[in-house]
This record gives sequence, structure tokens and C-alpha cells, in this order.
Amino acid sequence: MDTIDDLLSRHPFFTGLKPEYLALIAGCGQNVHFAPGAYLLREGGTADQFFAIRGGSVAVETYVPSRGAVTLQTLGEGEILGWSWLFPPYVWQFDARAREEVRATAFDGTCLRTKCDADPALGYELMKRLARLVSGRLEAARRQLLDVYGPAPVR
Amino acid sequence: MGPPPSDSAALRPRPFRVTRARRELADVWTLELEASDGGGPVTFRPGQFTMVYVFGIGEVPLSISGDPAKPDVLVHTVRAVGAVTRAVCAAKKDDVLGVRGPYGAGWPVEAALGRDVVIMAGGLGLAPLRPFVRAVMAQRRAFGRVVLLIGARTPASLLFAREMARWRARFDLDVRVTVDAGDAAWKGDVGVITTLVPRATFDPGTTTAFVCGPEVMMRFAAADLVHRGVPPALVFLSMERNMKCAVGVCGHCQFGPAFVCRDGPVLSYARIEASLRIREV
Amino acid sequence: MSEPVRVLRRDDFQHLLNALAGRGYRVVGPTVRDGAIVYDDIHDASDLPEGWTDRQDGGTYRLERRTDAALFGYTVGPHSWKKFLFPPRTRLWHADRQPQGFTLRSEPTDAASYAFLGVRSCELHAIAIQDKVFMDTDPLYRAHRERALLIAVNCGQAGGTCFCVSMKTGPRAESGFDLALTEILEDGRHAFTVEAGSDRGKDVLQMLPTEEAGTVELDASARCTERAVRQMGRSMDIAGVPELLARNPEHPRWDDVASRCLACANCTMACPTCFCNTVEDTTDLTGDHAERWRSWDSCFTMEFSHVHGGSVRTSTKGRYRQWLTHKLSTWHDQFGSSGCVGCGRCITWCPVAIDLTQEVAAIRNSEGAHGHDR
Repeated sequence: MDTIDDLLSRHPFFTGLKPEYLALIAGCGQNVHFAPGAYLLREGGTADQFFAIRGGSVAVETYVPSRGAVTLQTLGEGEILGWSWLFPPYVWQFDARAREEVRATAFDGTCLRTKCDADPALGYELMKRLARLVSGRLEAARRQLLDVYGPAPVR
Repeated sequence: MGPPPSDSAALRPRPFRVTRARRELADVWTLELEASDGGGPVTFRPGQFTMVYVFGIGEVPLSISGDPAKPDVLVHTVRAVGAVTRAVCAAKKDDVLGVRGPYGAGWPVEAALGRDVVIMAGGLGLAPLRPFVRAVMAQRRAFGRVVLLIGARTPASLLFAREMARWRARFDLDVRVTVDAGDAAWKGDVGVITTLVPRATFDPGTTTAFVCGPEVMMRFAAADLVHRGVPPALVFLSMERNMKCAVGVCGHCQFGPAFVCRDGPVLSYARIEASLRIREV
Repeated sequence: MSEPVRVLRRDDFQHLLNALAGRGYRVVGPTVRDGAIVYDDIHDASDLPEGWTDRQDGGTYRLERRTDAALFGYTVGPHSWKKFLFPPRTRLWHADRQPQGFTLRSEPTDAASYAFLGVRSCELHAIAIQDKVFMDTDPLYRAHRERALLIAVNCGQAGGTCFCVSMKTGPRAESGFDLALTEILEDGRHAFTVEAGSDRGKDVLQMLPTEEAGTVELDASARCTERAVRQMGRSMDIAGVPELLARNPEHPRWDDVASRCLACANCTMACPTCFCNTVEDTTDLTGDHAERWRSWDSCFTMEFSHVHGGSVRTSTKGRYRQWLTHKLSTWHDQFGSSGCVGCGRCITWCPVAIDLTQEVAAIRNSEGAHGHDR
């Protein structure tokens, strides 16, 4: 059975991290598992962890009255879910639901923030990766906004 | 691409009879046509197009969406967006349309031989890519991994659903489908098509990519593929511009130095990357 | 082809027209109409613009009386020979609805045999440029072109907007003509040196009452050319122009010219090399008879670049840039030469006097100075 370190060293988000940092981060992690339909996090809940998805598909969604649950994006193996644990008020902005069996490593937010405060270099490495992640999501969201397949505006 | 035949500027359409009209989506139809002048079928290469004429109304360029191995049936998948395409979509069995062509540079299959193949189809872009997918699968062993990434607006706007299901059932074809906006019943991925690029399995250094869809989608897709390591000269896009003659003499389809009807519509990203970034070229 | 140069007296000029008519040519050439020298049918030497000249500048064209009786004492007018080789409106075919579809009849490609009288050197180059576009693709153009007899007339003066010297397209006709004339008017003598540039030209020349040209006539002919060279109204440094325009798509000069340009398309109509055309499908009121017509078009129209969702080039800037970049830059990629022959028509006939030689110079002189980082 692989240790969390081993799993992390193969996960694309953690590529390039020194083994000591991998160990530090792994120390805040634990393997978790979600049945289909279970929520990894709920809008409004306390954002105290983030997930490195190792298998299965997760829907980032929100509930719109009379429209139901709207899926904004789906994430899968090799991807990261959640960054609201970084900043106060530490509150989730969306729901995240397992669409099938999901295996992930959950990292405790308080544990990680404490270790980053103690070792800013570790914090910097984590921040760089998270900033890149968020930037990629923003790009994708903007492209989604373009609605390129939709009908052309009448001119 | 050889020189066009000497009477090409005569712009004479041949009569083709509609043998089948099938509604794909609310505003998208697939027509099957057969020559009704006793002349031969339209032998085409995937990625080529014809100019389709509706008597007295006008003419439009339409990508051929059929099987290159079965040229007796000329297939076009059309969205009704203007006077001519609306008339084409309204055509019924036994109606006669005019066809001339095929025109254009098609998808360069030879640039993918022995390599991994990534095909990215956004929205109606799947129509000009379908003949190419069929051609690739007809000689599957000539290629490495074959990845087909499909993006659409909603699950209801996915094209060729039955054929797509057959592709997905194959073990030698990696099909990933995503929609910009899902619905309650949708079990597939949600997100723009470019989110599929980092998730797909292929070796960028030995990949040839073929991309078709709205121009902005192709721009982002090509950039992401190159960012992942696919050589720009081996990323092929199918461009679209206004066409009147389709033989490179009317000037309308110019895109920088290229005549889209003759040098394209398939053009390599290496060749057009700079032009894609200039507004109003 | 170094045939001996002959001399034709002005009084014998009608013989040339008679010889052409006798051989079945429809002679078209310069004639005064509507305050300009245009190209139209010439039946008689008196149809020619004897004693007229033109004064041209940006947005300006005026006819003026000469002090002599020169037949060809002008430069170029609003017409070019493309109006004959590549007619403004041509029916391609007509079709009739049938119970089982339609039947279609192409237009026959029987073409007139034109004799173009008075082709300037720049125009010879323009014809050669359009040959590259149409000869192998348009049977009607080919038919007209193969039958046409080209009678060049070397310029003895240059116009206010001429810059053929910069474009290396004149002022003297070097090749591509069947006959080349130079009008000599000096010391009370009015005559033409005539040289043949082809077998067809030789055949016509043999029918004319000419004498062998001596050094006097040859020197006078050369002096005409020298005069024209000296008088060039404009100039353009063509070194590296294709690359200059290709690497400056966002130069602020484009916005500047766009603020003046009316997108009226005059330049494209007057230009002897502009070839853009459109295809129109029409029916009669019954809807049973359809026709397809080809007509001149211009990249300056809003609809030119229309695709589903709108036009690619909606701004005047985009359209002006397309026209000039095509003319001076991408034409090289497409056809292996510049699209411009330095005739100056676009400058003369622009209502707001936009001068492409100035636009190119402005881009060249301020390249990189606008802080644009590419």
C-alpha cells in the first residue's frame, strides 16, 4: 500500500517539490474516499481542507432555484479541489459532489497554514502552485463565458 | 494542391438529388446527396468542402461530413443560419441542389502516420472532422494513440450521438466529451474543451493534432496543445472565411496571404499563429 | 525581339486604325468623355484625345488643352484595360427550373478581338499581373487576352501621381506588347516611332507606310522617356515594403489613414490590378429562371468579409489595412510580385487624396517609435 508521500510524488500538482516538503505536506494529509453522490464540500461550510483527486470524477456545482444543481466544472484524477482554505473567512463558495467513486487525499488547512507560517519557503512553493491552479481555472471559466458554440449575436 | 481545372471559374454547379434528410439538432440537418446528372461521385479528401447551390437563392461553402470511402453518397451537415443554409436545411428527399467541388486542402493524414493523433472538435467542428476520424479508424494501425476530444455547448447539442457512442465503445480510440453547460441528466464532464487537453494521454512530441470549431476555440486549443509540447507545424486548424468562387480568384476568403478556399481551409498553426492574433485580418 | 524601329507620320496614323479594323480587331483606346480621358471604341483618329492632357494630384483630375496636337499627350485616366479583359459584369450561366431539378447553360466564351491602343508601360505590367490571377482559371479572360493586340504608347511625360520609376514598371515599355509607339513632336515634325514586339505586331506593322527610324527619331524617342522619368509626381522606396507592412499590423498610422478613408472603394475600381469580384445568384419573378453573374467587388465593403455572425473586418482601419497590405505585401506571397504598378490612379481618384506612397513612408519612418512592443 503506497504511503501518502508516494501518492503525492506522482500527483502532477506536487511535481518538483523537495522530498522534505512532500513529507511536510503529506503529514497534513489523509486518504479519503467518497461514494457516488456524496459531497466533498458544501457551499457555506467551513473551508478547512483541500483535496488532491486520485481517482473518480467530482462536479463543482451550485444550486440555482428552479434550475436545480448546475455543474460548473468537473474535475478528475490528477486535479486539485479547493482553495478557500487559504484566506479568511475560510468558507466554501460552491458544492463539490462525487459523481462516481472518488479517491482523494485530503489535506488539513490549519495544519498546512501552520507549517507554511513556520517555513515561508514551503509556503511559497505551495502558493506558486495554487496561484497557477487558480489562474488556469480562471482562464477556463472565462473561455466558458464566451459561449463560443452559442448563436452569434445579431448585428 | 494542383492547379484548378481550366473551367473552374465558370462556377457551374452539378445537380445533386437529396436522398435523405435527417435532423441532427434543432437547427442542424444532415443531407445525403447523389449526383443526378450521370456524372461521377464527388471523390473527396477529409477536410474538403463543396459549394452547394439552392436554385435561385444562392450558394454556400459546406464541409463534407461523410465517409471518404463511400463517395457515392455526398454528405453535408449544415446549421441554418442564413437564407441559403435555411433553404438547404429545408430541402427534402428528391429535391435537387447544385454542387460544385470538392475544393480546398484537406486534413493531412500523412502528417500523422506513425504518430499519436489528437483530434479536437468543438460544436459543429465535428462535422468536417468526421470524415477524418473515419479515415483514421479505417487504417487504425498506421497511428499510435488516437485521442478524440469533443466539446459542445450542452448535452443536447452533441452531434452524431449514435456514431459518437460507437466511437466511445472502441478500445483503440480514447474519446472524451465535455460540455460548457451540463444538465441534470448529464453524467459527462463539464468545462471548456481545453480542460480535456491536460487530462488526455498522448505523447506531445510525437503527436499530430487536428482542430476544428469556432475560431476562438481553435485559437485557445492550438495554444494549449503547443504549450503541452505538440510542434506548431503539426497542429492543423480548419479556417473559415467568406467564399464566393472557392477557386482563389474572387479574393473574399483571404486570411493574410492565404486563400482559405485554396491554401486552406486546413492550415497549420505554425503558418497562421501570427495572423490569428491580429484583429480583423 | 530586336526588330528594326520604323517611323509612322502623324498624317498616316489613320492607316494603323484601318489596318486593325481590316484584320477584324475592335479598337479601343483613349477618348475624351465626361471631363476625362477614358477607354472606349475608337473608329477614327479623330476619336483620340488630340491636344488634350491631364493634370493629376491627390484627389484631383482635370483635363487641360495642350499647346500642341499630341494624340497621346496624357498619362492614365480612371479606366484601365481590365474593363475589357475582366468585364465589370459578366453572366456566367443561366438555368431553368425543371420538374426534376434544373438545366444549366454556361455562357459561351466567344470573345471580341480587341486592339488596345495606347497601353502605357505601367498598364502592360498590370495586365501581366492580372494574367497571373485569371489566365489559368477564367476561360473568358483567357479568350479575350489571347486575342487582344496590345499597342503600347510610351509616355513622353509623367503625371502628378505617377511613380512607375519607383515600381520599376516604366515609363518605357520593354516587353509584353505587340506594337510600341513613341509620339515625337518637335521641330514642326509629328510622327511615331513604331516597333513590333511580336509576330502579330509585325504583321500589322508591315501594312503601314513607314520608314526606317534613324538616330534623330531614336534620340527623340529616348528623350520622351527621359522627360517622363524626370517628371514623376511621386516616389516610393520599395525596399523591404512587403516585410515592413507584414510586421506592422498594429501601427498607429493605420488608425490615422482610417480616420480619413471613406471606404468608398474608388481606389479598387480605378486600380488596374485589383481583381476582387463577387458572385450573385438571381432569379426572375417567376422563380423558374435563375442566373449567376460575376461582378467587380471591393474589399472596402462591409459585406466583403462577412461570415456567420458578422464581418471579420468591420472597421475602416481593418479594410484599408487589408487593401494596402494585399497590394504591397501579401500579393508577393500569392503571385510572386507586387500588386502595384505605380500608375497613381488610387491617389488621383481618392476623394480625400490618400496617397499610399505617403502612408508607406510614414509607417517606415516611425516604425517602432510608437512604443508598440511586438
